[in-house]
Amino acid sequence: MWRLLRTAPPTAIFGMLVIVIYAIVAIFADGLAPFGETEVVGFEYEPWGDDFLLGTDNLGRDMLSRIIYGARNTIGIALATTFIAFSVGVFFGMLAAILGRWVDQILSRLVDVMMAIPALLFSLLLLTVFGTSILTMVLVIAAIESTRVFRLARATAMNVVVMDFVEAAKLRGEGLMWLASREILPNIVPPLVAEFGLRFCFVFLAISALSFLGLGIQPPTADWGSMVRDNAGLITFGDITPLLPAGSIALLTVAVNFLVDWMLHRSSGLRT
Amino acid sequence: MIHLTRMILQRLALGVLTLFVVSVVIFGAVELLPGDIAQEILGQSATEQTVAALREELGLNDPAHVRYLNWLGGVLSGDFGRSLANGREISSLLASRFGYTLFLAAYAAAIAVPLAITLGVLAALYCNSIFDRLINILSLSAISFPEFFVAYILLYLLSAEHAIFPSIADYGSQASLGEMLYRTFLPAITLVLVITAHMMRMTRAAIVNLLAQPYIEMARLKGLSPARVILRHALPNALAPIINVVALNLAYLVTGVVIVEVVFVYPGLGQLMVDSVATRDITVVQACCLVFASIYILLNLTADVLSIATNPRLLHRGR
Repeated sequence: MWRLLRTAPPTAIFGMLVIVIYAIVAIFADGLAPFGETEVVGFEYEPWGDDFLLGTDNLGRDMLSRIIYGARNTIGIALATTFIAFSVGVFFGMLAAILGRWVDQILSRLVDVMMAIPALLFSLLLLTVFGTSILTMVLVIAAIESTRVFRLARATAMNVVVMDFVEAAKLRGEGLMWLASREILPNIVPPLVAEFGLRFCFVFLAISALSFLGLGIQPPTADWGSMVRDNAGLITFGDITPLLPAGSIALLTVAVNFLVDWMLHRSSGLRT
Repeated sequence: MIHLTRMILQRLALGVLTLFVVSVVIFGAVELLPGDIAQEILGQSATEQTVAALREELGLNDPAHVRYLNWLGGVLSGDFGRSLANGREISSLLASRFGYTLFLAAYAAAIAVPLAITLGVLAALYCNSIFDRLINILSLSAISFPEFFVAYILLYLLSAEHAIFPSIADYGSQASLGEMLYRTFLPAITLVLVITAHMMRMTRAAIVNLLAQPYIEMARLKGLSPARVILRHALPNALAPIINVVALNLAYLVTGVVIVEVVFVYPGLGQLMVDSVATRDITVVQACCLVFASIYILLNLTADVLSIATNPRLLHRGR
């Protein structure tokens, strides 16, 4: 493990460091934040200073505390969404690969249709229909992203299904669940791990975009996307405070992308 | 040639089928709406008679497939129905907004496409040099940034700190072309940054793949000049993937434009759609979604057809 880390390029090490820092901030948010998440502590739009390190927001809440709590809320929701998308996508992907024939046909065509509509637009349509709440947003984005996971899981599982040990397990009379979880899943995990990183970025950006548009995570929950939206007016006065939550989003996705880039590079066997 | 024509016709047929299915999905999503649209419009205090009358007027009493056919027929003849929120004709709403969005997208594309292809080819040619690595890091970062982050950074630097460009992109109806280009510069450049990164990475990957092929090595070993290797040997084969990449990314503009329009308060289709989602004006969202999805599908279809048509291998295969 240690030897592996020492071969990592600087970009990947930077990525890992950032991810670790974000995780610490998110987990220990209660201890790190100087004020409460929704606590009004001063006047609106106070400048940076000793009391409020990064000033206050449009309702007089401490910006730094909200960014810290935002780490927990935004990342937590994005992670949960990605997990749901993966469980659904991988499950149906393996199902399509094992059963083949009409099950595969139906699922694959369904996914084709869903992928023919741009993700952001599809989620906007579904959010209009079901109303805007955190739960619907999580489910909608998970459903849309799971189609992308399905494609990859099905394609990689297809290569495993034709192998002799799967055939042997089938002849032994193992059930569907055993085939999926014991024979196929362990063999398709490596490509899925890198995909998890990428999907997390997409989910994270999608949630931030929706929150930024005012259709995702709703106030008073601290969330980076909606924080940018609420304080965007400050930008035209030359104050960079609203860029901080946006930058926090960008930094995390850059970090994850750097790490995934390195992992893909390693697994593709290319060495530079 | 016959083979080629047949392949293209197959793709076109598939494209039309996709459009049809997507229209069914978009229509069907609205069917999932819990509760009654008529009740929703009139509010809880409406009497039963008025709700029934509105249901009749909107044709809600017909079975779903009849309503779908009516809706589709209307859309094909340019009638999208009426907005639920204010009762205006959706087609006139769309017509006034669509031009704005198209202008912005075309502006961004006109800058991004040549830029991305040049950078992508250069990065591929100087593969693994400092230049290539730098471009790799920069483009990976640009991809990871949310669109609104890029937009606000530009807004901060070019509009707030140095008042070079206006922060609100609406140019009104009587602006000259120069004025329009100037006022929409910031949103356009935001889109350029986002799609150039994607386009460039994909162009680079396509060319790096190509340059690793044996026939290129053969051409080099024959002692041909590097320029000839690139122009005569590599480029004809690279054309198909590059066209594909360009069309795919123009399709990506479709979603990028939504966010950017909101940031710069630009009166385009994306802004209209976001506003309508907030007010749950379902018929307008439906119409916007259909327009965006059709453009997206048509661009992808164009990519498919062009990459078949420009593939030199398919051109010479008879029967």
